[in-house]
Amino acid sequence: MEHSHPTSTSARELPMARSMCWHCQSEVTGEYLCGQCVKVQPLSKELDYFACFKLPRLLNIDAQGLERTYYELSRTFHPDFYSTKDESEKTISLGNSAFLNSAYRTLKDPIQRVEYLIRLEAGAVKDIRSNPPADLFEEILELQEDMETFRGLSSEKDSTERTELREKLQRERGHLEDRQEEMEKALRAKYHEWDQLQNANADPNEARDEKNVVLRSMQEILSNRTYICNMANELLEATG
Amino acid sequence: MSRIVGIDLGTTNSLIAYMDKGTPRVIPNPDGVAKVPSIVGMTDNGLIVGDPAKAHLTRDPSRTIYSVKRFMGKGLADVTDELKYFPYSLHEKNGVIRIEIGDKTYSPPQVSAMILKELKRRAEEFLKEDISKAVITVPAYFNDSQRQATKDAGMIAGLEVLRIINEPTAAALAYGLQKKTQGIIAIYDLGGGTFDISILKLKDGIFEVLATNGDTHLGGDDFDQRLLDVLVQEIAERHEVQVHDHPDLMQAVRLAAEGAKVRLSDEMETTVVVELPNGKYEKTLTRDAIESLVMELVERTLAPCRSALKDAELRADQIDEVVLVGGSTRMPLVRSKVEGLFGQQPHSELNPDEVVALGAAVQANILGGHNKEILLLDVTPLSLGIEAMGGVMSALIRRNTTIPTSGKEMFTTYVDGQTSVDIHILQGERELVKDNRSLARFQLKIPPLPAGVPRVEVNFLIDANGILQVTARDIRTNEAQSVQVKPSHGLTDDEVEGMIRESFQFAEEDIKARQVIEARTEANAIIVATDKALTRASNLISDKEKADIHRTIQRLSETQKGDDHRVIRAGISEVEKVTHHLAEMLMDATLKEALENKNVSEFVK
Repeated sequence: MEHSHPTSTSARELPMARSMCWHCQSEVTGEYLCGQCVKVQPLSKELDYFACFKLPRLLNIDAQGLERTYYELSRTFHPDFYSTKDESEKTISLGNSAFLNSAYRTLKDPIQRVEYLIRLEAGAVKDIRSNPPADLFEEILELQEDMETFRGLSSEKDSTERTELREKLQRERGHLEDRQEEMEKALRAKYHEWDQLQNANADPNEARDEKNVVLRSMQEILSNRTYICNMANELLEATG
Repeated sequence: MSRIVGIDLGTTNSLIAYMDKGTPRVIPNPDGVAKVPSIVGMTDNGLIVGDPAKAHLTRDPSRTIYSVKRFMGKGLADVTDELKYFPYSLHEKNGVIRIEIGDKTYSPPQVSAMILKELKRRAEEFLKEDISKAVITVPAYFNDSQRQATKDAGMIAGLEVLRIINEPTAAALAYGLQKKTQGIIAIYDLGGGTFDISILKLKDGIFEVLATNGDTHLGGDDFDQRLLDVLVQEIAERHEVQVHDHPDLMQAVRLAAEGAKVRLSDEMETTVVVELPNGKYEKTLTRDAIESLVMELVERTLAPCRSALKDAELRADQIDEVVLVGGSTRMPLVRSKVEGLFGQQPHSELNPDEVVALGAAVQANILGGHNKEILLLDVTPLSLGIEAMGGVMSALIRRNTTIPTSGKEMFTTYVDGQTSVDIHILQGERELVKDNRSLARFQLKIPPLPAGVPRVEVNFLIDANGILQVTARDIRTNEAQSVQVKPSHGLTDDEVEGMIRESFQFAEEDIKARQVIEARTEANAIIVATDKALTRASNLISDKEKADIHRTIQRLSETQKGDDHRVIRAGISEVEKVTHHLAEMLMDATLKEALENKNVSEFVK
């Protein structure tokens, strides 16, 4: 899991643009390389994954464009191209590359992307928490019990009880997977809602309440989805 | 910038390659052979490596080490199942296997270093320059300890290892460049001791590994083993000879099994012959027979293939090309199983033995700054994590994450004034600590403060070699903390340094061994040449002279078996002396022939 703390950065850590080159002390005007001495510059600790890819904080992302930028930035940062350089440059390239890879992995996946966005935006809304609704909780407990019973039944004599229970659990798994799909559909609808809000209100403080509502509802879907995913996986493992 | 070579350090064979004006090439020995058997022999006169050591295997099995790659980065408990097959004894020190040969012990990286040195020497002779930098390949599914052990081996051999690169990825580089391929390719790499499957996306010069999987304990060696078991049992039944009691015979049967396996890739039937103390064992083997023996092993490679596809989120029919790498993919059964899984005929145009070394040379060229077009984005094959409460592993970096990558974890204290936290680093996919690989342990130093106040952030970074680097930072003071990581199955820095020093001492012994080999080769050449000359010139010299010459070469063929190059050299001069007159006679005859307008070369040959 990657942890980014955009809000806890100290004042000493300036973003990379308009900072000094670590090597020649001249002002860095280029994007990642010093204009004077062409040394690679460490990415700012304030940089978030979206900014790294020069993307606005939107949830619908063009996958091909993302890949293109990733390849471009990889060509700028990858340690393979710093093998003949000095130790400081090697270390910077390694750090930048590791950050870039985490950023790409996170943004590429729609679920990780929204989870990350919520973490980023949670800097503004601290209270994004959600508990699973009671009915879901009950359902899960019940399934857990059935699964224990199933595991307890000896696999050697394939009793009808065992077969029936397996079929029931497999049916349940199917239902869970259907629900997972529904949730992802709902989540995608929220992506549009979020993107529209962001497009209409570029300033992070604008329409803050509406934005927080969307964030909160996405968080709720996500955590319910996690319960269901885990349960479905466990069922798959138990029943084969 | 000095030249960087690419090395395939294999279980059964190793190769070294370089970049020749944009084309990767393997470096052959003077006889044109590129493969160096990964075998090391200890003789009274020092080390021998490669083909001469392979010959040594049946002569002196207890002092000949083969398949050492299987022991890299491992403890004794990891290899107990196969100990009975190895003719030498092993023990463990500081979590690392040690191989006992006579009164000396060697760690697996030291033995690998001997092979690397031989390759280095070969390249230096061929390229006529010093070689000090290399890219070395490892199976993609190698864990951190195994990679580190390989890097240590390079250091002990006097090589700066600029990169550890995965074998299937290296193969993809060589293949992709030659074929100018784009799209999704799967590399199925079944070597002597390990199996890897890697799925890559090739696009505009970027080689992006999407997923990799494998088994670091599955390869051609295991195929040989299956056949060996059958032969050993039958020899016991038919001839009442317990092969296990005769290490030299064991190696002879093993080589016979390997030979038969290789032949059965081209032929439908072959005969195994083994000389026994009390007679001769012969067995006719069919391809069907060996296929049924190894079927289970070949099928075992399919599950990792499916897992890799799943992790890459691809179906088998979405793979554009399947490429076969590794000597064991010559087996028709392997080919048909791979074809069955992927629903397409796999590619095998490139020499499966050489393609990995060639790819390593390509990567060496990139690291040397000579190629900005190509970039390899590889992944870590195994999840990395730390031991959490209750003996479970908490993953920080998931398998198939593109490297370099890092994972952070914040640590604090539970007791007032607590000054340290023990951290146990693990690699693997299982839930429980005990089922995963222990990589290392370290103690994080914490300033004595009330419980929960200290905050130390530990950063686990996997570099482009797939090797872990651990750093720590005190969040309150923002100061870096030094971390002393103790590997669970690796050599310490001090040990590696000691081994580097020792290797200089070995160097002298190596020279001795080399001199013996060279003298022996020369002796054999002179024996053959003299024999030829004798038949050609039988009417030119007296019977007594002929008898003298015969006696001297007889003597030389005896002395050349010995381990003292000076004695062999003396024998060679002896032959030269006694054949002096014969040579003169031949020259005269040749001249005469030439004057009579005959073809000189025809006569001399």
